[in-house]
Order: sequence, then structure tokens, then C-alpha cells
Amino acid sequence: MSILAAESENPLLPPLGEIIIGLIAFAIVLLVFFKFVAPRFEQVFRARREAIEGGIERAEAMQAEAKAALEQYRAQLAEARTEAAQIRDQARAEGQQILEELRTQAQEESARIVARGEEQLAASRQQVLNELRTHIGTLAVDLAGRVVGESLTDDARRRGTVDRFLDQLDGMATGSTPDGRGGASVYAADGNR
Amino acid sequence: MTSSAHALGTVLAVESGGGDGFQAPGLGEFYPETVAEFSLLGVDFAITRITIILWIATALMLAFVIAAVRKPQIVPGKLQFIGESGYSLVRDGIARDVVGPRGIPFAPFLAALFFFILANNFMAIVPFAQISPMSKFAFPLVLAGICWVLYIYIGIREQGAGKYFKDILFLPGVPKPMYILVTPIEILQNFVVRPFTLAVRLFANMFAGHMLLVVFSLGAVYLFGRDNFSIVFGPISALMAIVMTFFELLVIFLQAYVFTVLMGTYLNGSIEAEH
Repeated sequence: MSILAAESENPLLPPLGEIIIGLIAFAIVLLVFFKFVAPRFEQVFRARREAIEGGIERAEAMQAEAKAALEQYRAQLAEARTEAAQIRDQARAEGQQILEELRTQAQEESARIVARGEEQLAASRQQVLNELRTHIGTLAVDLAGRVVGESLTDDARRRGTVDRFLDQLDGMATGSTPDGRGGASVYAADGNR
Repeated sequence: MTSSAHALGTVLAVESGGGDGFQAPGLGEFYPETVAEFSLLGVDFAITRITIILWIATALMLAFVIAAVRKPQIVPGKLQFIGESGYSLVRDGIARDVVGPRGIPFAPFLAALFFFILANNFMAIVPFAQISPMSKFAFPLVLAGICWVLYIYIGIREQGAGKYFKDILFLPGVPKPMYILVTPIEILQNFVVRPFTLAVRLFANMFAGHMLLVVFSLGAVYLFGRDNFSIVFGPISALMAIVMTFFELLVIFLQAYVFTVLMGTYLNGSIEAEH
């Protein structure tokens, strides 16, 4: 019976029912592949690629990070070095300046001290001179009185002694004019008084 | 073809002598008795053994593939590895390398095609089934029809209807007088020959493979029950049946692959403008 059925059929002209069955079967296969199989496989491929590439990328990132850190460290070191050098230079300059200042200050101080000393010296000298002058005056008068009192009519030798004495005093007082004239003038002034 | 196959059977039967001679398998092999029959919307559905084999093959294939991707791991297990190898073969080997750089979106379709054909072809050598649904012209025809619609649709979508049809009708780089010869060939090739050969190649291979296996198997069975030289030819026939089974295994894989690769090249032609 089946052979008889075959005789009426052309193998290249399939019945519509069979075509529809084939379509349905393949449609199911397509659906499963598009909705389920392919996305899952793609997901696995992607995950795998990421796992491999991700590892490499991570290593590269780490290396880059390490390199950056090294660079940064080096830069910081260089910066610190230049900064230290700067500070050193500055400190040196400042020290120099301070030294200079101190020196000038000291010089000024010493100059001032010297000046004051000189002033004081001059003042005291003037004072001494003045005192001496008054003393000399009194002394001279005293001496003169005494000389006169003892022997007003003494010889010229004693006058010479007085003169010499006065000259000496005068010379001590001025230190520059040891002549008889200055002494005489002093004497004269005192005498006037 | 029908008549010649039948005639061969008749001749063999006649030469064997008498009515109890060797009944060579004929087209009846491909028209088994219907298991169930119903009519829906005026279309007659005849559920036969082959229909059931198609369903079983498809269901088993889907079950396998789903099991392979159920819990996808970065480091695949055995099942996932097998499924993945098959999918990668189509995805990388065909979708990416044959269709082109923009072929990856077609990977699911091509993979479905490949796995569907492979599973159904494989039924040709599975004991007790031993017939591929692909040896029924309806199924390869369905697949080729879908491919035909798809590659023309993709061609229009990618290149625009005008350019796509113009490039087929008037192949660029051909001298104008030659169009008289080239244009009919191109039209025939793109719209008739391609889908027809796609379907017929698969169908004919599975059909012929099944016929070979049946002839050698039944021949061996028949010869073992005879005297004379049958004692020599019987084992040879049986051996040939086994050898042909292995040959069939090769054809099963090859035809599934060839169908998919050809569809890949057609898609490539549709996506990329003709050179």
C-alpha cells in the first residue's frame, strides 16, 4: 500500500502539511537559538575575553600606576632637593646678611663708644685743665706770695725758677706751646683775676 | 527518477528470478505509513514515522544545546565545551569569516540552521530511526526557502532595493553587450538556482545515503538467506553497509556545514556590494 502511495507522489513536490511541520520545527529552533542559546554563548565569550583582556589590562594599569607613582616620587624628590638647596642658599645669604649687619652694628657701636670715650676724655681733660688752671693760679699766687714774703729782693735766679715752673705748667696744660708767652698770658689772666 | 528507481527494483526482482526475488527498496522507504492524520484549515497533516523522527531529533538537539548553555561558565564543562565548539564553528568560522565583519548578528540564525540540519541528518545513522528527515524534500525546501527570503531581504536592507537588484541584473564591470548573456544567468542564479541547489543538495545527499544504506543492509539480509555465492557476497554487502554508515557520518556533517557555509556566502554577497 505504501509503495502504491509512493507511486503517486513526486519526491520533489512535498505536501503542504510537511512544509508547515518543517517550518514550525525550524521556527522553534530559531526561537531557542535567538532567545536563549546565542545570548548565553555571547555572554560566555564576552566574559572570557574580559577575563583575559581584563587581566592584561589590570596588570597594565597596575604597571602604569606604579610608574606614575615612581615618577611622582622622583619629581617630589627633585623638588625637595631643589627646595633644600634653595633653603640652604637662602640661609647662607641670610647668615651673610646677619653677619654683615652685626659687623656694621658692631662697628657703629665701637665707633660710638670710641666717640663717647673721646668726648668724655676731652670733657674731663677740659675739666682737669680748668681745675688745673685755677689751682695753678692759686698756687702761683701762693707761691708768689711766699716768694715775695721770704725775699722780695731776691736775685734773678729765683725769678728764673718761677718762670721755669710756670713754663713747665703751661707746657703740661697745652702740650703744644711750651713757650713763655702762653704761660705769661695764663699768668696774666690769673693775675688779672 | 521515480520511475527509474522503481524500474531498477523491478529489474532486480526479475533477475533474481521468481516472485520471491530480492525486493529492492524503492521510494516507499520515504513514504512510511501515516501514524496520525488530521486536517487543519484545509491543510492535510500526515504524521508519519519521519515526522516523529524530526521532532525527536529537534527536541534532543535543543535539549542538548540548552543543557550546554544552562549554566555558562568561563571555564566550560564537557557539555558546554561541545556545545560551544559547535557554536564557535558557525559563529567564528562562518558568521565572522565567511559573512564578514558584520556577520556576527547572523550567527544565531546560521547556528540554528547548522544544528537543525546536523541533528536531523544524524538520524540517518541512529539505530531504529535510520532515516534523515532531510531526505524528505519538504524540510530542506523549508530551510532553503527561509534562506532565500533572508538573503534577498538582507541585500535590499543593506544595499537598498535599487542598487541590490541593479547589481544583480547588470553585473558591474561587464562589457555592455555581454549583458544579453550575463543578465539572464545572474537572474536565474540568484533567484532560482541558489535556493533550489541549496535544497536539492541536502535532500539528494541524504536521500541517496539512505538508499545506499538500505540497499546494502537489505541486500546483506537477503543474501545471507541464499545459497551459492551468497556466502561470499553477503558479508561483503554487510561490510559495505557498515563502511557506508561511516561514509554517511561524514556526509551528515559535511552537508550540514556546506548548507550553512553557502548561506554564509549568500549573506556575504547581500551585505557587501559586488566587487
